[in-house]
Amino acid sequence: MNEKDKPRIGVFVCHCGVNIGSIVNVPEVVECAKTLPNVSYAEENLYTCSSEGLSKIKEAIKKHQLNRIVVASCTPRTHEPLFRSACEEAGLNKYLFHMANIREQCSWVHAKEPRKATEKAKETVRMAVAKAALLEPQAEPEIDVQGSAVVIGGGVSGMTAALSLANQQFKVYLIEKEKELGGKLKELYKLYPNDKPSSEILDEYVQSVCSNPNIKVYTSSTVKQIEGFIGNFEASINHEGREQKLNAGTIIVATGADVFKPRGMYCYGENKNVITQLELERLMKENKLGEPKSVVMIQCVGAREEREGGRNYCSRICCAVAVKNALQIKELFPGAEVSILYRDMQTYGKEFEEQYQKARGNFVQFIRYDFENPPEVCTRPDGGLSVKVHDILVNATLELDADLVVLSTPLVQWEDAKELSKLLKVPLGAEGFFLEAHVKLRPVDFATDGIFVCGAAHSPKTIAESIAQAYAAASRAGIPMALGRVRTEAITAFVDEDLCTSCGTCVKLCPYNAIRKDDEGIARVNDVLCKGCGVCAASCPEKAINMRHFSDAQVLAEATAALGGS
Amino acid sequence: MSKSVLVVGGGIAGIQASLDLANRGTKVHLVEKTPSIGGRMAQLDKTFPTLDCSICILAPKMIECFRHPNVNLLTYSELGEVKGQAGNFTVKILKKPRYVDAVKCTGCGTCIEKCPIKVPSEFDMGLGNRKAVYMPFKQAVPLVAAIDPERCLYFTKGVCKICQKVCPSNAINYEQKPEEIELNVSSIILATGFDVFDPSRMSEYGYGRFKNVVHSMEFERIICASGPTDGHLVRPSDGKEPKSVVFVQCVGSRSQHGDFPFCSSVCCVYATKESILIREHAPETQVYIMYIDMRAVGKGFQEFVDRAKKEYGVKYIKAHPGGITEDPTTKNLQIHYEDMKTGEMKTLDADMVVLCPALIPKADNKKLARAMNLEVDEFGFFKSKNLLTAPMDTNVPGIYICGYCQCPKDIPESVAQASGAAARAAETIACATKEAKR
Repeated sequence: MNEKDKPRIGVFVCHCGVNIGSIVNVPEVVECAKTLPNVSYAEENLYTCSSEGLSKIKEAIKKHQLNRIVVASCTPRTHEPLFRSACEEAGLNKYLFHMANIREQCSWVHAKEPRKATEKAKETVRMAVAKAALLEPQAEPEIDVQGSAVVIGGGVSGMTAALSLANQQFKVYLIEKEKELGGKLKELYKLYPNDKPSSEILDEYVQSVCSNPNIKVYTSSTVKQIEGFIGNFEASINHEGREQKLNAGTIIVATGADVFKPRGMYCYGENKNVITQLELERLMKENKLGEPKSVVMIQCVGAREEREGGRNYCSRICCAVAVKNALQIKELFPGAEVSILYRDMQTYGKEFEEQYQKARGNFVQFIRYDFENPPEVCTRPDGGLSVKVHDILVNATLELDADLVVLSTPLVQWEDAKELSKLLKVPLGAEGFFLEAHVKLRPVDFATDGIFVCGAAHSPKTIAESIAQAYAAASRAGIPMALGRVRTEAITAFVDEDLCTSCGTCVKLCPYNAIRKDDEGIARVNDVLCKGCGVCAASCPEKAINMRHFSDAQVLAEATAALGGS
Repeated sequence: MSKSVLVVGGGIAGIQASLDLANRGTKVHLVEKTPSIGGRMAQLDKTFPTLDCSICILAPKMIECFRHPNVNLLTYSELGEVKGQAGNFTVKILKKPRYVDAVKCTGCGTCIEKCPIKVPSEFDMGLGNRKAVYMPFKQAVPLVAAIDPERCLYFTKGVCKICQKVCPSNAINYEQKPEEIELNVSSIILATGFDVFDPSRMSEYGYGRFKNVVHSMEFERIICASGPTDGHLVRPSDGKEPKSVVFVQCVGSRSQHGDFPFCSSVCCVYATKESILIREHAPETQVYIMYIDMRAVGKGFQEFVDRAKKEYGVKYIKAHPGGITEDPTTKNLQIHYEDMKTGEMKTLDADMVVLCPALIPKADNKKLARAMNLEVDEFGFFKSKNLLTAPMDTNVPGIYICGYCQCPKDIPESVAQASGAAARAAETIACATKEAKR
């Protein structure tokens, strides 16, 4: 190794305000870092991530000819990109940067033991420096992104996303499993807030979608296979019995949700006058409601169950839907009595709360029941329905006669979503809905690049919220397509051809289908598909597979440093 | 025809809209009224339901905005006159003088250290102090000081000039004048966020009279490690750790007689989060949340409330207190309420009360609306063109809205709407470009 290539490591230890500095003795960590092999410079910062801190890194790279940088601060999950680009701006390949997490792993978890936290921080820095000395520059190859998208699901979310992408001048393939577009919108009666019939809005949407030259609609179609990666997906769909292949740069999942059928609850399925809110909408739409004199609605049927493995989530829309439908019944049949039995009226925001108050003023009766003491529904000998409920606000048990009981049941994930999640290799959350990359700041992204989610497929939400998310997904999908190219992951696996014995272990184990055998039987890694998980490298019996940026030598150096060696 | 977009408001919604557009190659001008972007999210300690550190997940995005070659960051600036139509708006931006040269200032903080004048910090909700020359908070973006001319001794009395003497970069410039910048943009995205209702208007709760009655934004700063108490859970009257804390929901919101009948949508769950934080900071402290209806409607929120009850022992009481009284000697509080479950009148003693006030649209919205011929509702929320099908569109083509200024919503919803507004702006540019090619 000549003098120029010799590692010259700079170490920056962050106070993170008081997050690290009030527990860990930062100056001591800096002094320790200065004694470590290959370290040419070390300093402390109040916030290394501030503009000032980043400038200091860049200055030090130039002033001290640093060729490796270690920042000891918080989590790489949020801050690594920032520090990496500071290195790049100072002319250093960004993979010559390494981060030591002394906040989450030291000051936060050992807040009551400052001495031990400081010692651990020093060890963490020693490990990072040991690895940094062996870091090598890596490249992120660029690939082209096709300006076309596959949108899966032709409900209001999918149609909105398709229209936005089409307006952004991308080609869109809209896939709908049913014969017609519209999804759940087809079954609804009137829509909040203007009491417009859903059919009017649906017709406008379908017409805009079908007349848009950038959108190709495939109804009666299901997705059979997805190959490829961001920029170059190939979706095989079954379109009216024939297989068709579609090429796309991005994919949006807008498959919506089903409504829970509460079989066996509150006489549902036994008495035909016990129905769900969605069935009520259909009856009103088809003018088949008859003339009910007394309607009782029950909220949280099969939702907010508060038990292990139960449907514990709140379905968000049911309270507002019940209020809307109660007002509709009152309008159609002013003499009808309508009661809503609820646990909490979750009419959040501005308009729903307004409607709730309107319903209260309109003689809709609101009766609050307790989770531990739910209502009981029984069929009377004369065939009518009777609902017994303990009203906690007046502390009395009431018996209500009803000729119609309407159950507010939650939105639930479709049965076939599991299959789609496997095809796309994107996860579902505990409650069955598609799981986004970050619940707070990446609500419509998947962790997998180039695939996005919107609408009720993500979680129960209103039409307006689904539409907002659909536009969001169209924005996110539009970014790589507008640029026309994307940088790919540099931390990938690579195969030493001389060592590969064509056993195929890696091919079977790769969760991303990124490894195939070539004509000679040698394992080949597709760099774009590879996510750098390391499963292949760990399981290769011949040690023929190594990971970029996580080579055996680098990992061993870290481990040796952790054990006190050098 | 312009291909750039103006974003008004540098909170999480404005930041997200800006980054989505900038990342697709669109030039963005991001205007923020205060000296730093970050908005309300920067003030929060943790976020629900994941308990992520708020500034930690926000700061990378703030800095990305600052460093992005397609983002022109205009902090300490306000939107003035707006003319034109979609595809071609001419807007005037008033850039207030910082009296600090933004190019020369390195953010070292020497001037701040030496400045003799203490001013209540807006960022810390007045619970801590800043100086007359200041940076709003430690992670401020840009990290450039500003002089508050209303409090600076030089501007008020013509003396001092210490900051100028100590600045190692010679960045202090008392002669700086307001600047007017004219921009040509294709679309405008408004993301002005919210204000906190002043709970002293509900005198029965004693806010402003009783030291240990605080509101939830103040509490976020108290519990935050970078806040005025360094994250120690203490009550204002004596700096001691409270042994019992009561949260009161719907203070000024859901009011049938007051100004704000709407529900702010986030309070039930942030109170749950703040309760969990109390139990983590001080496991002996009892926490109660008094609520009318528990509204935990977002993804994972109900599960979060269940966890607060079962794992953290937070006690939820269905009640809307009638009043709060104070023991003048101990400064302890008594909360008087009717237990909705039993109808009994009860009193609960507490060392500290956190009020959850209505979150209301910015007072400025009405002025902005006039400048752009936009419709606002009676509270000052910008009106959507169609609440159902076009939530981010306004009555003026090419002007879009997102985040809390459209109606109450939480962070993920604001982020989604912000990306959505960016899509609408991108559509406007793409359609105009296509037309121009014809």
